[in-house]
Amino acid sequence: MSPEQPPLRARQEAHATPIRDVPLRDLEQRCGAAVAAGARVQLAYAWFPETAGEPHVQGSGAEAAPPETIELRYVVHSSAGHPPEIWRCRPGTLPPPSLASIAPLVSWYEREITDLCGLSFQNQPQPEPLVLLPGARATRPPLRPGAAPPLSYAPEPSSLPEVAGSAHRDVQLLPFGPIRADVLESAQFTFFYIGEGILHYDPQLFFKHRGMEKRFEGIRPELGTVLAERVSAVGSVAHALAYSRALEAAAKCDVPPRAEWLRVLLAELERLYNHLHYFGHLCHTTTLKVGEAEGKYLEELAKQLNAEATGSRFLRSLVCPGGLRREPRLGGIAVRLAKIHREFARYAEMLETTTTHLDRLITTGVLGKQLAFDLGATGPIERASGVDRDPRRDQPYGVYRELPLRVATSDGCDAHARQQVRIAETLNSIELIQAALGGLPSGAIRAECPPAARGEGLGWAESPRGSVYYAVHLDSAGKLARVKIKSPSFSNWRVFPHTVHQSNMMDYAINEASFGLTVAGCAR
Amino acid sequence: MPFWTRYGLKQGKASTKWPSEGDDGQSGVLGMPRFDPAKCQSGCRECADACLPGAIAIEEGDPIDGSADSLGASRGGARLKVDYGRCVVCQMCVEVCPTEAFSPSNDWAFGVRRREDLLWARPSGVAAGVGANVGAAGARADAGAGAGDSAAEKELKGEIRRIFGRSLHIRHVDAGSCNGCESELQALNNPFYNLHRLGIFFTPSPRFADLLLVTGPVTHALRNPLQEAYRAMPEPRFVMALGTCAVSGGTNGGGYACGNGLEGVLPVDLYVPGCPPNPAAIIHALLMLVRRMPQRVRGGQIVGESERA
Repeated sequence: MSPEQPPLRARQEAHATPIRDVPLRDLEQRCGAAVAAGARVQLAYAWFPETAGEPHVQGSGAEAAPPETIELRYVVHSSAGHPPEIWRCRPGTLPPPSLASIAPLVSWYEREITDLCGLSFQNQPQPEPLVLLPGARATRPPLRPGAAPPLSYAPEPSSLPEVAGSAHRDVQLLPFGPIRADVLESAQFTFFYIGEGILHYDPQLFFKHRGMEKRFEGIRPELGTVLAERVSAVGSVAHALAYSRALEAAAKCDVPPRAEWLRVLLAELERLYNHLHYFGHLCHTTTLKVGEAEGKYLEELAKQLNAEATGSRFLRSLVCPGGLRREPRLGGIAVRLAKIHREFARYAEMLETTTTHLDRLITTGVLGKQLAFDLGATGPIERASGVDRDPRRDQPYGVYRELPLRVATSDGCDAHARQQVRIAETLNSIELIQAALGGLPSGAIRAECPPAARGEGLGWAESPRGSVYYAVHLDSAGKLARVKIKSPSFSNWRVFPHTVHQSNMMDYAINEASFGLTVAGCAR
Repeated sequence: MPFWTRYGLKQGKASTKWPSEGDDGQSGVLGMPRFDPAKCQSGCRECADACLPGAIAIEEGDPIDGSADSLGASRGGARLKVDYGRCVVCQMCVEVCPTEAFSPSNDWAFGVRRREDLLWARPSGVAAGVGANVGAAGARADAGAGAGDSAAEKELKGEIRRIFGRSLHIRHVDAGSCNGCESELQALNNPFYNLHRLGIFFTPSPRFADLLLVTGPVTHALRNPLQEAYRAMPEPRFVMALGTCAVSGGTNGGGYACGNGLEGVLPVDLYVPGCPPNPAAIIHALLMLVRRMPQRVRGGQIVGESERA
């Protein structure tokens, strides 16, 4: 540990993400021009700003309340190297145009807005519900201000789509889930296949929708990390970090240097145990038994390291708005990490030279660069398809700029490329943890971060699975009014089915494992 | 090409022998905060205000132990109701408490048979809060009958042994968890915990399962599939609520999309709060179910060895 402070670095250069008002009539043209110039719409959401200084009365009679103004927000990256900007759009009584045909990844966000906020889009190419399952009934859109009545589910007899055409008798339908074999998250997959070949694949991912965004409403901002850490447990640090950074942006709060260094340490420890799990699980699907055991054993060593350092195997209860809640115990990390590093280096080399394993990965689950970009693939998935993006470098936060960060990419586009990118990231994470331990400045770990009444902020972090975004709005009492969560799995599940169509059943499990998806993050 | 078999053999055994001896793997893991009402300040409600899942609630009324000379929380006429079945181990209460009435602990073996045992209650004549975690001694207590075991309970224990031969097959159902519980359940089959060594297995079909292990707050969408899985199980069957969400809903229960765990959904044989319960806590609960380890928690606290015969 170095006792002196690090060289003065640029303070969080832009606390606030710039907001531009876009009139409804210009929206399509504006989006078209941006996309043509290489921009990517990162996420979209809607919310209901307070009207005329009156806070939303929680739980009051919805019918008596005046009609709320709905506001649309699009978070847009003009190019990979630039921080995002926000487009603000007030549709009023007019239905906004769908941007799905210009920027396909927006489609899921629009359908989610329709389901949860009750706002429909003109010419949305896929107008059926996304989050609400067949049979679900919402008496009023859950994200409108005020108490949301429980969703009701009419018991629907499970039905499968009709298959037509001359060969329809040959097409088999396999509904799989929502309760799946093994210890897995609940989701339902429908396969349409002939023999081994998959014609079409349709995942239903929102059985686990818990209404997490609604749950933030009305609570004190400093308690929000408890919820953020429980959106997707294996991304606890990234979620808490993105949430905290959004609040810090709203409060224009500078985090003490020591806390920034420790946050990098935590974020990279999270990447480490997640990636180690990934290799074990990938070996499970290629039936490399010893490889599976080794990967999962290394994951266990990493989780035990986490517990020693932070009291939580998931690195929870540390990150908070303004810094960290308490000091981690750093004593034993270096020795434990060295053991993991030694074993992992050998393990990774073995994985990369085992032909039976590689045979199952190479050419499996091909995701082309254009598709990855257009549909919003994120994290190791897009980087393994040749899209060179990483918020740690492109929208730098924390102290990544001062650390030996290397963004791994590959043009392989297949399951093997995804393994290679994650191997490189694992090794780099170990290096980053060691560098963070070595350069850690002394000093405070928490700054005051008073909630800014009516403030708003956007925060992001690169989780092991890709980018997490939190957009936070506060009400006039300084409580949370709206929290939008963009999880990496929501993005990557959007892409994944496109790698399954026209592939075969034997490769499905390998392909899914090579993406490393979570359902909890997607469904929220 | 690497010779994996030889590599595996050379690596040697990685499995712990816990709980009969050895490392439980949970060094440093923070558990449920301990509560000492004697340290409470009159009129203070910091912990209750900071407790998102509502595990700490302030009740107006009788002082905490009903006696006139009681201390702390009782002074204002209000008392704290502490429900570890709602605790998500976020440590907020520990941080905000000005008097250390809540203190950090490593008490994570919180599996109980009765939901009431997760509510904090003043220990009655038993030394409370010894705090040693489940270890070798606990394991040797083996199917030893607890002091409070009734004749019916003894009979049940005999039945379980006869039927399952101390083995157990589990069907896990994720009813809306955040994947923390799944991550720890998956860890049970890693070489360190190696659940198979204890004769406990996960099975794909509820038809072959003795135990339905449920995680998550039970979303409205998963309620029916969950109940169908239960109905598909042969009797005798057991249900375990794993994780605070499944026990009570935790921070994620309620709202427009979720119920409050297994409350009112299925009969529960074993409650295991924790967010998530760590692998050793899960193993403890599983062995407890088949009477191979004793229950450690009564009245919301780990009770001393003396309680068990």
